[in-house]
Amino acid sequence: MSAETIAAGHRQKNRNRILKWGTGLLVTLVAWGIAYSQLVPFSEWVTSLLPVARDSHTGEAIAFFVYDVPKVLLLLALIVFVTGVLRSWFSPEKTRAILAGNREIIGYPLAALLGVLTPFCSCSSVPLFIGFVSAGIPLGVTFAFLIAGPLVGPVGLGLLFGLVGWQVALIYLVFGFTIATVAGWVMGRMGLERYLQDWVRELNAGPVGDVSDETFDIVDRLQVGVDQVRDIVGKVWIWVVIGIAIGALIHGYVPEAMMLRIMGGDAWWSVPAAVVVGIPMYTNAAGAIPVVEALLGKGAALGTTLAFMMSVIALSLPEMIILKQVLTYRLIAIFVAVVASGILATGFLFNAIL
Amino acid sequence: MKTVKVYGPGCKRCETTEAMVKDAAAKLGVDVEIEKVTDPKSIAVAGVISTPGISIDGKLVHTGGLPKEDALQKWLQA
Repeated sequence: MSAETIAAGHRQKNRNRILKWGTGLLVTLVAWGIAYSQLVPFSEWVTSLLPVARDSHTGEAIAFFVYDVPKVLLLLALIVFVTGVLRSWFSPEKTRAILAGNREIIGYPLAALLGVLTPFCSCSSVPLFIGFVSAGIPLGVTFAFLIAGPLVGPVGLGLLFGLVGWQVALIYLVFGFTIATVAGWVMGRMGLERYLQDWVRELNAGPVGDVSDETFDIVDRLQVGVDQVRDIVGKVWIWVVIGIAIGALIHGYVPEAMMLRIMGGDAWWSVPAAVVVGIPMYTNAAGAIPVVEALLGKGAALGTTLAFMMSVIALSLPEMIILKQVLTYRLIAIFVAVVASGILATGFLFNAIL
Repeated sequence: MKTVKVYGPGCKRCETTEAMVKDAAAKLGVDVEIEKVTDPKSIAVAGVISTPGISIDGKLVHTGGLPKEDALQKWLQA
C-alpha cells in the first residue's frame, strides 16, 4: 500500500468519525429539546399522581422539586458540555504564558477572564498557584484568576439564565467579573508577597513542560465535553438534589411576610448576614441556584440574594484549607476580607437601587 | 526499566492516572517503576501546574486531566 492510500484511508476514517459524532450530537440535542419542552406537563402529571392537594404547601413544594430536578440536570448537562468543549482550547499552561507576558494593569481583567475560561479543578489550585507566582505573575493577578474561576463559572451563569432570567444572569456576570478584577487589583496594591508561606517565596519552579505533542481534533474536543458531563454531573447531582429540596421547602412553606422581614431590601443587616452565613456553606453553583430561585420567588431582595450566592460559591472553607498550604492565615484573612467587601458592596448597591 | 512519576495532590483523577499507567505498562510488557508525587512543592518544581501530570524517565509528557490511552502507550514505548 502506498503512503497516499494510507493517508486517504485515514481521511476516510476521520470523516466517518466526524459524521458519527455529528449525528449523535444532533440526535441528543433534539432529544434534549423535547425533554426540556415537556418539563411543566411532566411535573404537573407527577404531582397529580400523589395524594396531596396541588395548592397545599406540600403540593407546591413537590411540584417545585419535580419540575426543577430534571430541568436543572438537563441545563447542567448542556452547560457542562458546551463549556467542556470551549475550554479544551485553553489550559493553565497557556494561561500562565499569557499572563506572564502581559503588563500588570492589563493582567487583572485578563486574569479574571481567563479564570472563567481555563479548565482547572480545585484539587489543582495549589500547584497552579505556585506555578503562576513563580513564573513572575503578580500575586494580585493570580488572585483575580482564582476568584473569577468559581465566582463567574459558566454553570452558575447558565443556571441563573435558565432558572431566574437573563437580567439577573447579566448583572451577576458583570459584578462577579468586577469583584474578581478589583479584588485582585486591591490585593496587588497591598504588597502581600511577604505573607506567602516561606517556601513558596523561595521557590523557583521549573519551566512548564513541553507537552504540545498532544494534538486535538474536533471529535477529541467533543469527547472532552462528553467526559466532562459524565464526570461533573455524576459528581454534583447530589448537591443539585439537596439544593432543590431546600428550594422546594422555601417555595412551599416559608411565608412571604417572613421572607420580606429577613431578606427584604429594608433589612440593612441582611446583606452582611447573607455573606457570613454563606461562608461555611459549601456547594457549587448548581446546588446554590435553585435556592436562589426560591428566595427571589418569595420576595427576597436581589442584592441580598446575590450576596448570599456569591459568598456560598466564592468563599468556602475547604478552598481556604487547600490554600493554607501556600498562604499564611493572615493572607487568607485579607483574601476573605477583600472578596467579602466586594460582595457586600454589590449586595448593598442592588438593594439600594432596586 | 522506566521510571514513571505521576504528579498530583491525591485527587481521584490522579489515582485513576496511576492505574492507567500500570495497566498500559502491563499490557505492553514494559517494566516500570511508578512513583506518586503528592507534595505541592515537588509538583511545582517539576513544572506541573495542572494535575495530574506524568513524567517518564525525567521527561514530562503530560499535564492536566486523564491521559489518552493510545498516547500513554506511545510514551511508554518511546
